[in-house]
Amino acid sequence: MAGRVPDDGSDFVKIDRSRGRFKVSRRAFVDESILSAERAAIFDKCWLYLGHDSELAAPGAFLTRAVGGRNLIFNRDSAGTVRSFVNSCPHRGMRLCRDRAGKAKHFQCFYHGWIFGNDGKLIDQPGGESDYAPGFNADCTADLVPVPRLEQYRQFWFVCFDRNAVPLADYLGGARDYLDLTADQSEAGMAIIGGTQEYGIRANWKLLVENSYDGYHAMTTHASYLDYLRNTVGSLSRTPIDGVARDLGNGHAVVEYTAPWGRPVASWIPMWGEEGRREIDAIRQRLASRHGEARAERIALKSRNIGIFPNLVINDVMAVTVRTFYPAATDYLEVNAWAIGPSEESEWARKFRLFNFLEFLGPGGFATPDDVEALENCQRGYRNHAEAPWNDISKGMLKNEPRVTDELQIRAFWTQWNQRVAAHRHGEGAPS
Amino acid sequence: MSTPASRSEVEDFLYQEASLLDEWRLPEWLALFTEDAHYLVPATDLPADASPDENLFYIADDRHRLEQRVARLMKKSGHSEQPRSKTRHMVNNVRVAACGADALSVTSAFAVYRTKDGVTDLYVGKALHELVPSAGGLRIRKKLCALDLDGLRPQGRISIIL
Repeated sequence: MAGRVPDDGSDFVKIDRSRGRFKVSRRAFVDESILSAERAAIFDKCWLYLGHDSELAAPGAFLTRAVGGRNLIFNRDSAGTVRSFVNSCPHRGMRLCRDRAGKAKHFQCFYHGWIFGNDGKLIDQPGGESDYAPGFNADCTADLVPVPRLEQYRQFWFVCFDRNAVPLADYLGGARDYLDLTADQSEAGMAIIGGTQEYGIRANWKLLVENSYDGYHAMTTHASYLDYLRNTVGSLSRTPIDGVARDLGNGHAVVEYTAPWGRPVASWIPMWGEEGRREIDAIRQRLASRHGEARAERIALKSRNIGIFPNLVINDVMAVTVRTFYPAATDYLEVNAWAIGPSEESEWARKFRLFNFLEFLGPGGFATPDDVEALENCQRGYRNHAEAPWNDISKGMLKNEPRVTDELQIRAFWTQWNQRVAAHRHGEGAPS
Repeated sequence: MSTPASRSEVEDFLYQEASLLDEWRLPEWLALFTEDAHYLVPATDLPADASPDENLFYIADDRHRLEQRVARLMKKSGHSEQPRSKTRHMVNNVRVAACGADALSVTSAFAVYRTKDGVTDLYVGKALHELVPSAGGLRIRKKLCALDLDGLRPQGRISIIL
């Protein structure tokens, strides 16, 4: 049975295509056994975002990062090769590197003093020549353990803990076009901007997946943000929020739409003044010369909330944020979020990009805190799941072309989630 | 004000500010700020001298956005603070230094407790206030709250004012 994908009749997702109904069980947000199944069927199997190439600018640069329940080192070795190792000393397993970031030729475990090159090779250990058998590390088992798979697409580095996974490019599939629309904003390469927003939310991780590209909640949840736009002279252009949702396959999905906010690449708003208009015009012209007028217009004027299964969000809105998150428990998730922009961006554009970012995004913005409040109260609401068992994700289900305010993108996530989790649960205990 | 404020005067000012916040008298709190004021909360992995023009902060408000922040928090549609949380701003370790011709640079340690829905979160850090004298007493030209935390876990948000 292992690997068999059930039809629409599983325990957690109910789909009635003819009647346009899509239901998700609230148990999926509270059940400990589901979290275990997710770790095995999703986080141990899918490609997971590790970091951006720009974060390792120079040879020797390293970061430590928690990904998929593991502690990893993400570094560029002295020869310039990007690597990732599990952050555990091969000797006794201690977390080897305790710094968040830095530059190092070597990593030394302070417990017993073993030293590794930034290519992962064991260089020395106290008593190495006198106390260990000759050829002790001939089989390389005393070197740092690399992650099973490490690949990048357009500077976005991913890891996978399943040695047999399909190549990253195949996994990304239709989402590659949307990573291109982000990466193509720069001539010299996009770069992560200094400063990480790291926060927790007392809610199930899948609630943040849904929320990150949910166009339906903006008018009510973010009413006070929309008030802010209206009250801020010149920031509100007349453009309405209008656009489409697309299922990109493999659980990836996107909403792409016009919106009233300004975009550093490259949609001018009156608040930015005449100097700003010249800047934005120049950025737009360079975009058009690189990509043609039609693509330049799409990049510049359309906002995109991109969800890459299971947990990478790139929201290319009034600024661009890269966001990833993991469950620490069924009812608690941990987010890392960054700002990203063209590395060649002027001081002016960078300043307005960051100013724009903070008006909406992050724990101190005018919108994200209300999302956090909503997600935490969904989680509280799910305590009643025995009596009220189903979420409804049906909006726009019978439309030929669902809109940004429909729920197609959320159905795309749940359909993939259900295939992976149901296949895992059906396979459990079956003879191999 | 021709003579610099004493530490006890500055402390009284900071206690008054804390009290206005804890009593949700936010329009009165806003009136403590100059027209060119800034309110800043950096991300917790940035160096102390990082600029919000080049780095991602949690909050980097100019005066206009600070007014809008207060307006938002006073509305029913400011969902994250509805029903309103209880807060207590603790201020201590106050030190006063001159800053330019007439301004004061005041550093303090802060601990802010926020309780909502049965959960109490703690925000702890170092505050920098740049204070300038005015006809009505001291005014805040800059308030920067540098959190002594590794991110906002589990706090999740800075929907109150620190």
